Amino acid sequence: MAEIKNYTMNFGPQHPAAHGVLRLVLELDGEVIERADPHIGLLHRATEKLAEHKTFLQSVPYMDRLDYVSMMLNEHAYVMAIEKLAGIEVPVRAQYIRVMFDEITRILNHLLWLGASALDCGAMSPMFYTFREREDLMDAYEAVSGARLHASYYRPGGVYRDLPDSMPQYQASKIHNAAAVKKMNESRQGSLLDFMEDFTNRFPGHIDEYETLLTDNRIWKQRTVGIGVVSPERALALGFTGPMLRGSGVVWDLRKKQPYEVYDRIDFDIPVGVEGDCYDRYLVRVEEMRQSNRIIRQCIDWLRKNPGPVMTNDLKFAPPNRESMKQNMEELIHHFKLFSEGFHVPAGEAYAAVEHSKGEFGIYMVSDGANKPYRMKIRSAGFPHLSGLDEMVRGHMIADVVAIIGTQDIVFGEIDR
Amino acid sequence: MATDLNILSANLNEAFSGKVVSLVEYLGELTLVVNAADMLGVFTRLRDDADLRFEALVDVCGIDYSTYGSELCEDGKYLPDAPRVGARFAAVYHLLSVTHNIRLRVRVYADDDAMPVLNSVTGIWPSANWYEREAFDLFGIIFVGHPDLRRILTDYGFVGNPFRKDFPLSGTVEMRYDAAQQRVVYEPVTVEPREITPRTMREENYGRS
Repeated sequence: MAEIKNYTMNFGPQHPAAHGVLRLVLELDGEVIERADPHIGLLHRATEKLAEHKTFLQSVPYMDRLDYVSMMLNEHAYVMAIEKLAGIEVPVRAQYIRVMFDEITRILNHLLWLGASALDCGAMSPMFYTFREREDLMDAYEAVSGARLHASYYRPGGVYRDLPDSMPQYQASKIHNAAAVKKMNESRQGSLLDFMEDFTNRFPGHIDEYETLLTDNRIWKQRTVGIGVVSPERALALGFTGPMLRGSGVVWDLRKKQPYEVYDRIDFDIPVGVEGDCYDRYLVRVEEMRQSNRIIRQCIDWLRKNPGPVMTNDLKFAPPNRESMKQNMEELIHHFKLFSEGFHVPAGEAYAAVEHSKGEFGIYMVSDGANKPYRMKIRSAGFPHLSGLDEMVRGHMIADVVAIIGTQDIVFGEIDR
Repeated sequence: MATDLNILSANLNEAFSGKVVSLVEYLGELTLVVNAADMLGVFTRLRDDADLRFEALVDVCGIDYSTYGSELCEDGKYLPDAPRVGARFAAVYHLLSVTHNIRLRVRVYADDDAMPVLNSVTGIWPSANWYEREAFDLFGIIFVGHPDLRRILTDYGFVGNPFRKDFPLSGTVEMRYDAAQQRVVYEPVTVEPREITPRTMREENYGRS
């Protein structure tokens, strides 16, 4: 009989199912995984060190580039940490806008995750459908901040500006004639809120479409049911949060348990799984999209009825408006100081966490009273998830590794930081 | 939340009498400081005591306190402006109790500045594994009892601890592909260190009349 030996295999860093730059060293017994050793850091940019050398405001755009598929949620934790430390009051309208964009971002993230992880398991079509809806949501990003991905829209003290009254329109081109463009612009005739309302009307139907493709699909179930099972106790011990924890049946959501902004005024439910396998985590995320849709609707209703400021009026943290800046000496000085030296945050330490689309995303900020943070630690959600990968994949086949990496919703921007 | 913190701080004082170096509440967050020698016992009790039940370790963060409160910056490095009081390195643990819905921050200072050593908590919370590797990699804090203390975020063969305050922002080496040797070569860094906005300290309530 031939001698059978374990052998090791490199998975990635150039592998489409590795979701970025994951180098995974797999120790195999035949096709069964004995040990998985993820090598990370190929996308390490030392964001935390860079933040120590930048003023508080200059680091906001870096936050977008952490988890580059849920941009505004990263910014949210960052500005919340500064607000907590400096004691800045955020206007209620800005809080509602933040909640609305948090949920838009959550849908953006889950749509990408749904398309990509289904694609990993061989289902091609969900990707095309999910990207169709992502396009609308990125248009909302663009309308409000000017950027489709890296928005840097949240600022310490509120948001950069109020919601726009009109949406950008498609123009006729070689590809689309006037009639087609008119149809495409139909939902863009009103304000951003009208556009989003139209989206929330359409979106539950779209989720049904994705579910038709996957939920009862025999191949999808064979690839995900019973794969990567994590018990609730183990999920907590491994530091899992978000859908990874809720998929195991632990009722834990910071939006409900430790509400921030206006989540305590909004009506929504928290889906939890039962088995703790990949399929349950899929169901949890799909239901989260429906709940996000509900939250967005409530925000739209409130925002329509309640105009008001979207930025704190404390000029030590928020820039003055352009008009008064050009006419008033004091405002001019404030503007100059804010964008040259930056504002000073009182000495102390604070930890602010948001329920990120992937789990708990927290910023631990230590300030010594300077215009730059003394130390900023980013607690990314994916980092402990990936560290638990070894335990999740042991005893599974190579093909299941792909399904498990997919279910963890790995994004290297936030893991490597 | 505030009453919960009062109950928690009373519980902590009772459970760890004599081991609490300091226990401070600030901004609705409770920070406990314990000695490195006591840390394993304290952490085990924090996880297992029915009144505490911190089931999850959310984060471990290394900190280098050497330039705290200083404005000095040279060649991309921050420098201390006065002799330091207290230890240079610390690890900050963020704990979460899902049962009691409460958070706690525990800071442990490493006694020796030249060779910071702390005990590993991987035996208490498995999630500490990578966090401690990260603190080891970036700050050079050694965690005794860690099963696999390797570098995690930096390059293979990297020298130095990049998040220490005396490590320059632009690093020490840069790499490029050398066509003649047909491989990637490392060279001393050519980036000129610069600081566009200087780090400044101001008195409290600066600019407010």
